[in-house]
Amino acid sequence: MGVRNQLSLFVTFAKEGFEKSLLVGKFFCCLHVVNTYVCTPALAYGPSMLPTINLTGDLVLAERISTRFNKVCPGDVVLVRSPVVPRRIVTKRVIGMEGDRVSYVADPKSSDKFETVVVPKGHVWIEGDNFYESNDSRKFGAVPYGLIEGRVFLRIWPPKDFGSLGRRAE
Amino acid sequence: MAAQNFLWSFTKNCFTFGLIGLTISDRYASIVPVRGSSMSPTFNLTTDSFMGSLSDDYVLVEKFCLQKYKFSHGDVIVFCSPSNHKEKHVKRIIGLPGDWIGTPMTNDVMKVPNGHCWVEGDNPSSSLDSRSFGPVKSTMPYIRLKKLLKLLLW
Repeated sequence: MGVRNQLSLFVTFAKEGFEKSLLVGKFFCCLHVVNTYVCTPALAYGPSMLPTINLTGDLVLAERISTRFNKVCPGDVVLVRSPVVPRRIVTKRVIGMEGDRVSYVADPKSSDKFETVVVPKGHVWIEGDNFYESNDSRKFGAVPYGLIEGRVFLRIWPPKDFGSLGRRAE
Repeated sequence: MAAQNFLWSFTKNCFTFGLIGLTISDRYASIVPVRGSSMSPTFNLTTDSFMGSLSDDYVLVEKFCLQKYKFSHGDVIVFCSPSNHKEKHVKRIIGLPGDWIGTPMTNDVMKVPNGHCWVEGDNPSSSLDSRSFGPVKSTMPYIRLKKLLKLLLW
């Protein structure tokens, strides 16, 4: 009798354990789906987007819906997977879409020469707001649209800067 | 009342199952059909235009390699086309970053830049690959193919 009781107790424990882990699994799946298809937080730091984004880091929210439906426009700040270092995600502003003619200063520290390029099909041209310190399309060329990870729409930390990111200061 | 309960629990189960399935297919493994003859004889040995999509090969793809972006020569990968991010292509990796590739068309040798890889189809006569659109950015590869499961429909 003792063995049967213990066995049924074990079965109860096992069932409850299974249900709890299923709940945890469902929560994880929900988190993954929201992170991949709806919106994701990101920490953006570095000097390349001054003055829009602080040097020490801002926590921003990026949504993935407009990138899926091709609604990214010039002037948007986007999260892009770096074409040079695949595991790094960078934050830059979209300057030109496919077919646009983009004029840029290739190396502002040494010369004032303007260069013009036509963005190829399926690519976008991205630049950092601080073009003196930004490693962007001027160095590695136009970036395929498929590398855009999300469009930044809200800054949530630090609290004094809460709100949407501004347009590029001309 | 009972029918409503049943419908509600059925909807909940569908939703849960869909969520779990989507997560697994995004992060771990999924099954994709391979169209076209650019990878024959590896996939789609016979392309029957009458049968069409019924005679496609179905393959199991694994996504663990996307954690570290570690690919090797000879891997068959699925990637988004650089000129149209909605299209997916299936090709084999011939060159990794830093490799020198000889292009037969122009008798030229070029080095695969950092963060890119050179892909080619197994059937060079009917394959649109790196020989036409250049090296593919290594972050575009979608998944590595593991031909564990190759289902041929009859």
